[in-house]
Amino acid sequence: MAQTIEYAVEAKGLIKKFDAFYAVDEIDLKIEKGTVYGFLGPNGAGKTTTVRMLSTLLKIDEGTASIFGHDVTGESKKIRPRIAMTGQYASIDEDLTGMENLVMVSRLVGFSRKDARKRASELLKAFGLSDAAGKQSKDYSGGMRRRLDIAASIVVTPDLLFLDEPTTGLDPRSRNQVWDVIRTLTKAGTTVLLTTQYLDEADQLADRIAVINKGKIIAEGTSTELKASVGTGMLHVTLKNEYDYDRSRVILEDSIGSVLQESTKKSQLLVKVTDPAVAAKALNELTAAEIELITFSLSQPSLDEVFLALTDEE
Amino acid sequence: MDTRQKNLDDAIISTKRPTPPGAMASVGTFAMRSLLKTKHTPMALMDITAMPILFLLMFTYLFGGAIAGSVQEYLQYILPGILVQTVVQITMYTGLDLNKDLQKGFFDRQRTLPIWSPSSLVGAMLFDTLRYSVASVIMIGFAMILGFRPEGNLIGVGMAVALLLLFAFSLSWIWTVLALVMESENALMATAMMIIFPLTFLSSAFVDPETMPLVLEWFVNVNPISMLVDSVRGLMHGYDVQTEILWTLVSSGLLVTLFGPLTMYLYKNKN
Repeated sequence: MAQTIEYAVEAKGLIKKFDAFYAVDEIDLKIEKGTVYGFLGPNGAGKTTTVRMLSTLLKIDEGTASIFGHDVTGESKKIRPRIAMTGQYASIDEDLTGMENLVMVSRLVGFSRKDARKRASELLKAFGLSDAAGKQSKDYSGGMRRRLDIAASIVVTPDLLFLDEPTTGLDPRSRNQVWDVIRTLTKAGTTVLLTTQYLDEADQLADRIAVINKGKIIAEGTSTELKASVGTGMLHVTLKNEYDYDRSRVILEDSIGSVLQESTKKSQLLVKVTDPAVAAKALNELTAAEIELITFSLSQPSLDEVFLALTDEE
Repeated sequence: MDTRQKNLDDAIISTKRPTPPGAMASVGTFAMRSLLKTKHTPMALMDITAMPILFLLMFTYLFGGAIAGSVQEYLQYILPGILVQTVVQITMYTGLDLNKDLQKGFFDRQRTLPIWSPSSLVGAMLFDTLRYSVASVIMIGFAMILGFRPEGNLIGVGMAVALLLLFAFSLSWIWTVLALVMESENALMATAMMIIFPLTFLSSAFVDPETMPLVLEWFVNVNPISMLVDSVRGLMHGYDVQTEILWTLVSSGLLVTLFGPLTMYLYKNKN
């Protein structure tokens, strides 16, 4: 009896070395079918290298990976028809027009000449590129190019789509359009592996997130789980009088139960908090002690803070 | 639901997956890609139009008087040589185009498509073969205006060009290997020049080898380009060059069987 495969991607102990440098250092990964998986990390963390190995473009040095149960190294022929990839650098031919690009890719996945033109027009319309269909894609804006690129990846709706930093450098409007496309793809049942530098993006789209740094996954879970592990964010307090600093410091540290971060100004206090209620209580205690404040704010953890927090733990 | 979302749904949800294309269709699509690229950048045609004419004029009038005593006489001798030199030289662009492609994201897309893997290379080379034919026709036509009179009639000239195209196609696989190994376009260009210049000039293309020093004469006589030049010259002027043609076919075959698989090995394993 055929075994049902519940994972789109399964990887164990993936390693990629460039000379002595470990770009990817023992990564384990399991991505359930039909979900969006976010790969969150800074430049050079190993996101692209991992994606290139999984999409059969780069040789795996050590470890194993399978896509829908097919081994990446030995069965690329079975994998390639089911996957698509949009790289960080536009995977389109910039000398050709939007229309020519899509017709070409449609022909290469097997559409007849007539169907290829039909499919290309349909995609151009869906991605809001009909007006630019006859323009060379090198003259497209960043957002248009990215949309054309994604359109070319889904000429045939793939079972698994790799999107390598699809919104880096895009304006908010273009970014939202890309997000709409990803959401529509999940409606069609496509599994998406998305790499991003933005916590917000992973938060909006991904069912599960892996935080990757220096070739290793340093945290994995749903966005709620990750945030809980990092804390809700930072409490920033600005004092009216610098002489209140020491007193305020003692009150905040006692009340919140964690150590203040170093600050350059004697009037500013910064402390990590796990729960907004705790922050509110601490602020009340400051007021009760008659310490005058100019401003206070509680910020969402930024990606930087997630990293700092996660790398501190190691 | 707004129309944009509806268009997206239409384009993404419930699309059918066609059967992957056969080799002919995918090769044709890549040949078409080259044609469209040329359409968008017509200046790229200079190397098969203006360049051959410039070379023909330069060599004929510069060396004609000195080497053969008269321009008319030299033209009969040099046209086949300069035709070979020009076409062999422009085969280099196959490598340069591939090298440029490798540095772009489109290369990744090509490799994840369910197609016969040499499709893109073979497609590009087929189009290049068309370019070589255009260059050949322009050169021979222009030479005839200048007074070139092939004695081997139209069939001989046609066979000569066909042989040249076959050799050019075979030679291209060296450039694709280099394109996959070389880091930059400049390095590739320099290396290709280092190979092409000695091979074309140290051949029977411009001067009769009997006038050369012994060592040079020996090299020129074993140079596959000389074999090709002699074959083309013989076919055009209607004398017996069966041995030379045979050797040209052998060297073409060797080039493809050696550098074809090597190209594909490098192509598949390119990071």
